Amino acid sequence: MSLSEEVELLRKVPIFSNVELAKLKLLAFTSERVRFDPGQEVFHQGDPGDAAFVIIEGTAEVVAETDNGPIVLLEMQPHAFVGEIAILCDVPRTASVIAKTELHTLRIEKELFFRLVEEFPQMSAEIMRVLAERLDRTTSELTAARNRLREAGIE
Amino acid sequence: MERNLFKYIWRHSKREQIVVLVIVLASLPFYFVSLSLPAAIVNGPIEGTWFQEGVSRPFLEIYLPFSEWFGERIRLFEGFQLTRVEMLLALSFSYLGLVFINGQFKFQVNTLKGRMGERMLRRVRFELVDRVLRFPPSYFRKLKPAEVASMVKDEVEPLGGFIGDAFVLPMFQGGIALTALVFIMVQNVWLGAVAGAVVLFQAFIIPVLRRPILKLSKERQIAAREMAGRVGELVDGVDEVRINATSNYERADISNRLGRLFSIRYEIFRRKFFVKFLNNFLGKFTPFIFYAAGGYFVIIGQLDIGQLIAVIAAYPDLPAPVKMMIDWDQQRLDVQIKYDQVVDHFDPDDMVPAEAQQPVGEVSHLQGGIVATNVTVMDDTGARLLQNISFTVGLGETLAIVGPAAGGKEHIGPTLVRLFPPSAGHLVLGGRDLSSLPEGVIGRWVGYSGQDTYLFPVSLRENLTYGLKHEPLTPPDESPRDQERRAWTAAETRRAGNAEYDLDAEWIDYHSIGVAGAAELRKRMLDVLRHVGLQDDVYEMGLAGYISPDTHPELCTKFMYARRVFGDLIKKRGLAHLVESFHPDKYNRNASLGENLLFGRPCGPFLGEGALVSHPYFQETLHKAQIADAMVTMGYEIATTMVELFAGLPADHPFFDQFSFISALDLPDYKGLVNRYSSNISWESVDDDDRVKLLTLALRYEDARHRLGLITPDIAAQVVLARKTFRRNLPDALQDAVRLYDPENYNAASSILDNLLFGRIAYGEAKARDRVLELLSELLGELELHEAVYDAGLDFNVGPGGKRLATPTRQRLGLARAILKRPDILVIDAALAVLDTPTQEKILQSVLASSGSRAVIWVLGRPEQAVLFDRVLVIDGGRVVEEGKAQDLLARNGPYAALANHKPRQAAE
Repeated sequence: MSLSEEVELLRKVPIFSNVELAKLKLLAFTSERVRFDPGQEVFHQGDPGDAAFVIIEGTAEVVAETDNGPIVLLEMQPHAFVGEIAILCDVPRTASVIAKTELHTLRIEKELFFRLVEEFPQMSAEIMRVLAERLDRTTSELTAARNRLREAGIE
Repeated sequence: MERNLFKYIWRHSKREQIVVLVIVLASLPFYFVSLSLPAAIVNGPIEGTWFQEGVSRPFLEIYLPFSEWFGERIRLFEGFQLTRVEMLLALSFSYLGLVFINGQFKFQVNTLKGRMGERMLRRVRFELVDRVLRFPPSYFRKLKPAEVASMVKDEVEPLGGFIGDAFVLPMFQGGIALTALVFIMVQNVWLGAVAGAVVLFQAFIIPVLRRPILKLSKERQIAAREMAGRVGELVDGVDEVRINATSNYERADISNRLGRLFSIRYEIFRRKFFVKFLNNFLGKFTPFIFYAAGGYFVIIGQLDIGQLIAVIAAYPDLPAPVKMMIDWDQQRLDVQIKYDQVVDHFDPDDMVPAEAQQPVGEVSHLQGGIVATNVTVMDDTGARLLQNISFTVGLGETLAIVGPAAGGKEHIGPTLVRLFPPSAGHLVLGGRDLSSLPEGVIGRWVGYSGQDTYLFPVSLRENLTYGLKHEPLTPPDESPRDQERRAWTAAETRRAGNAEYDLDAEWIDYHSIGVAGAAELRKRMLDVLRHVGLQDDVYEMGLAGYISPDTHPELCTKFMYARRVFGDLIKKRGLAHLVESFHPDKYNRNASLGENLLFGRPCGPFLGEGALVSHPYFQETLHKAQIADAMVTMGYEIATTMVELFAGLPADHPFFDQFSFISALDLPDYKGLVNRYSSNISWESVDDDDRVKLLTLALRYEDARHRLGLITPDIAAQVVLARKTFRRNLPDALQDAVRLYDPENYNAASSILDNLLFGRIAYGEAKARDRVLELLSELLGELELHEAVYDAGLDFNVGPGGKRLATPTRQRLGLARAILKRPDILVIDAALAVLDTPTQEKILQSVLASSGSRAVIWVLGRPEQAVLFDRVLVIDGGRVVEEGKAQDLLARNGPYAALANHKPRQAAE
């Protein structure tokens, strides 16, 4: 896949959708294409976060390592942006991401990402929107989970 | 050091000076005879004046000297009777013989003088460096390395030339001048007196006029030395200059200094040539007197004409020696000044006495640990850095030293290794006062690693073993011829008063660290490197290192075997896609276009990146393979993309360094270039400069990484064709400029890793490098090649001051060096300060765990780490404010608890 195809792909990722073409090209050029075999870890929960990934092709699972064993939280499809929390908040990886099929990604280094965000305010607005959506979804899932717990009489 | 240069020279070269003098005196009679022979040849056989009485004359008849004073001449040897022609030949050959003898004398004298000068120079230089090695540590704070180097190298150089002439010249030339003067005096007292007066005036006035010149020379010397010092500073501080954008300030400073040097020099020239003029004038003034006054005497009949001619003939022998003596005197003053200045710099107070650095032989282990009693240390202004420090550390004990920054803890380490001498109190090691111990003993007992570890620009291995080279131990094995040469070298060393330690001897003290030899030492080194967390780094350095089949044929064969086995292994493990192998018939997308074309490694500058594109043979190859236009087009496409991508970024943006083919500085250039041409560009349509630029870009292009899609199957095929053409017709002159890739042969210009893989690790495969290296390590382990890789890593040259290594690596290496020595006391002075906390702690624990019966004193940057030690000493305001077990002190809630519990705010990064 050539650089121009990658640029097309990046445009389909929500947080990059409003970034001008020239900058996306720079982003694509300065990022690394990484391929994972099925079952290979993209990153591991608890590791320091050094990069985020855009999924180009294939699917990946987000897995939380708990005391009771791993729990699959959700499945990521092409155009998804993963691993951004650890680099945004400077915290260790909150979950592991594992390639479910053969997985092609674009790896964006932390510093690179921050520079882009600094230079293109429209990107930060987009990130905020995406994160807010995710928070909204997580909150409703949490509420639902609590309700289920209450119904089960645990809490 | 002897302050009087003459005394110094005389003391060290008395015998040689006398020998030269004797030879010079012995040569004089021959010289005079050779002067008188031409007249004898002309008068005797040629004009025939000797042969008016008969057909033959005795040759070489010898009379007893002065015998005619007693009436009768006594003939000792009646000589050979020779005819006129025979006499001519005999005298001519005598002349030739004398010329040869005189030449021989000159040759001998010059050689002896030169040798004497060189020996003295060698002595002076050695003595200076010897003194540098014994300077008190505080003195180094005032010294500039470049200035010291310039003094040792350049400023004493004229001494060598002068030393040979120091005594011989005035005696010899003075003798000649005096003889000539006496000769003139004998002819006519008045003329002699005039000549004498002029000479005296000359001898008086010239030095007077030259004195200011000497003063100027001295100024020039100082200015030049400071200039050298400034250039040294510039090199050391170049980062600061760039960061602060002060390069123009530095330019102004250098320019100013050069201006000053120029004006001093100019003034010297003006004066020097005036003196020369005056000197010449005085030289010709005397003949004027001879002609005018002498002529007058002849006219009035007081002097006969023969005498006048003799005087005028003898006179030229007078000014030349006088001038030489004046020059000699000037040189004397000059070198005396230089010598004085150098001695001033090299004669500080409180030098380490020479005896303290003498070899001490085998040193038994320290018994009884270290006891500090009321130690006080002052700096050169008299401020107290440490006051009344007392503590005891027994062998096997560990002591942490903590305290607030600038509270005095930073001075403990240097004091313990005598870099700061205590001004009061005692430091006692094994019952002996530290100040009385020879360096050889302290150097073995105490290992020290501070924050600023200095590494020498040699290999890692040599840096590690540096702490084991105290004195020569076993003389080298050698053939009788080598021994002869060595004996001569040693004798010469002795004559020049240099150190007679044999550099080729075995210096590494294996015994003191309990290993039998080099192999065990390597094992120990790796062990120590593991303790400081450097083992993996050295392994990687080894993989990145180079060996040559010429020097390591067997090893290269083994690596070649490993290459084949690895090729199979990686397939078997299903990881073959992680490495793209080099294949003579295939384009390698993970290698650059340049590497694909060359299919080898440039060796030396001829085909290096800058030179390759403009090399006629390379260009010719591109044309033959019909890829020249395509290359230029690719370069143009890359340039267009780079300009498009990077044009909007500020010039200091890190992307330029990391990703761009074009530096920020050159970008406007390329912008112009892109605009000048259009995409249907060809080899012929661009000018030479632009073509070189475009080709350079194209050669750097890596298809897999840069993903511009430039390498179409057609292009790839053409590149392979070009590669083969290049290889087939490679001219002899370029055979050594490149090491071509060959699946069957080890490539000396490629790293060990490249040789093992014979390919490039594929771009874009997750953790490809880690996985490949892991597999490789597994294989090398099986083949027992790990040690060879470590060896190559240990051979890595760390560069000046270790600058080729990252600062944390340098610090760890310093620590490793101190530990490798197996000292009885290990003093670690905040030596891990630049490492992150987890790494620090890992190393700390590993070092403490392996310390055994050793005393460890560790000055800690992080007080909370003191819990790992037996005891802790808290230093503040230069005093011990608390002492005890860390746990107890924490409970007591005193100064230590305050330090340890104070959590610095987590920095953002």
